[in-house]
Amino acid sequence: MTAETARARSTEEFEIVANGEPRTIPPGTTVAGFLTAHELDPDLVVVERNGEILRRADYGSTALEPGDALEVVHFVGGG
Amino acid sequence: MRESTTTAPTQTADRLILADRSFGSRLIIGTGKYDSPKTMAAALVASGAEIITVAVRRVDLDASKEESLLHWLDRDRVLILPNTAGCYTAEEAVRVARLGRAAGLSDFVKLEVIGDEGTLYPDVVELLVATETLAGEGFIVLPYTSDDPVVARRLQEAGAAAVMPLASPIGSGLGLVDPLGIRFILDAVDVPVIVDAGVGTASDAAATMELGVDGILMNTAIAKARDPVRMAEAMRLAVRAGRLAFESGRMEKRAYAAPSSPVEGRVGG
Repeated sequence: MTAETARARSTEEFEIVANGEPRTIPPGTTVAGFLTAHELDPDLVVVERNGEILRRADYGSTALEPGDALEVVHFVGGG
Repeated sequence: MRESTTTAPTQTADRLILADRSFGSRLIIGTGKYDSPKTMAAALVASGAEIITVAVRRVDLDASKEESLLHWLDRDRVLILPNTAGCYTAEEAVRVARLGRAAGLSDFVKLEVIGDEGTLYPDVVELLVATETLAGEGFIVLPYTSDDPVVARRLQEAGAAAVMPLASPIGSGLGLVDPLGIRFILDAVDVPVIVDAGVGTASDAAATMELGVDGILMNTAIAKARDPVRMAEAMRLAVRAGRLAFESGRMEKRAYAAPSSPVEGRVGG
């Protein structure tokens, strides 16, 4: 891709898949930003990105990319 | 670990050792199926349990401010034990176990790999694979298994920290249907034996503990009782009573009566 289209893309919203559903997110969204946008406390969830579990310390520095697959899980009642 | 003791029965009756941790109750309870988290929290207190199971599930991203189950649990007092319920392959179960551990609470996992929807019986082949993988990653693996002593021994060899055979199908409340299988498991393994699933009421729990198992894990029997908090207390007492009876060594059974009062010196004799 040309520099121009790359720049254009970086300012466009893009799609990821979060918990199995497509979601459109603003460019530059980090994992921390994604959680905040969904009112989620980072200390109470675990995030897996493209099959790899992220460390909480990395949420703020991990920018999401088009096509990323996120799993955001937490504890619920179970036996 | 299972020999009886005469020194301090009231303490050993409640002491459950798993891996390098010691717990003050032999009862482990689940957090599923309660009408409200408040009832669950009250039942937890009444049960005296120091280990409580939870499931790992996707967050509902569209629900605003979903309340966390963790708000209702005192993490300093109870060990939160993530399960892998709903997993049908070793791969899925390993993935969920890793997610559960990443919450940062402990290395313990209640490993469940289901092989049949109707009975929720474990797929013991997949279970063995997952146990070996997770034990190799430093997990303290507590596998839910069938009441088969051969499988139990294999799980121990694969690195399980305990084995958790079922009393009867999950959520059935049928009680202990195969005491013989549990007895065989007690003889087959050195790791703790925790009966997981099927207990329906207090007498089931006491009878199970009287076999000499190290503990019981239950959920529905408490959560679906008419009064879960009272049932939780009943289970606390039943588990304790059953353990004390086991440690005490029951009398021998006999076919004919044996009078409790002296046969000599009867009035008018």
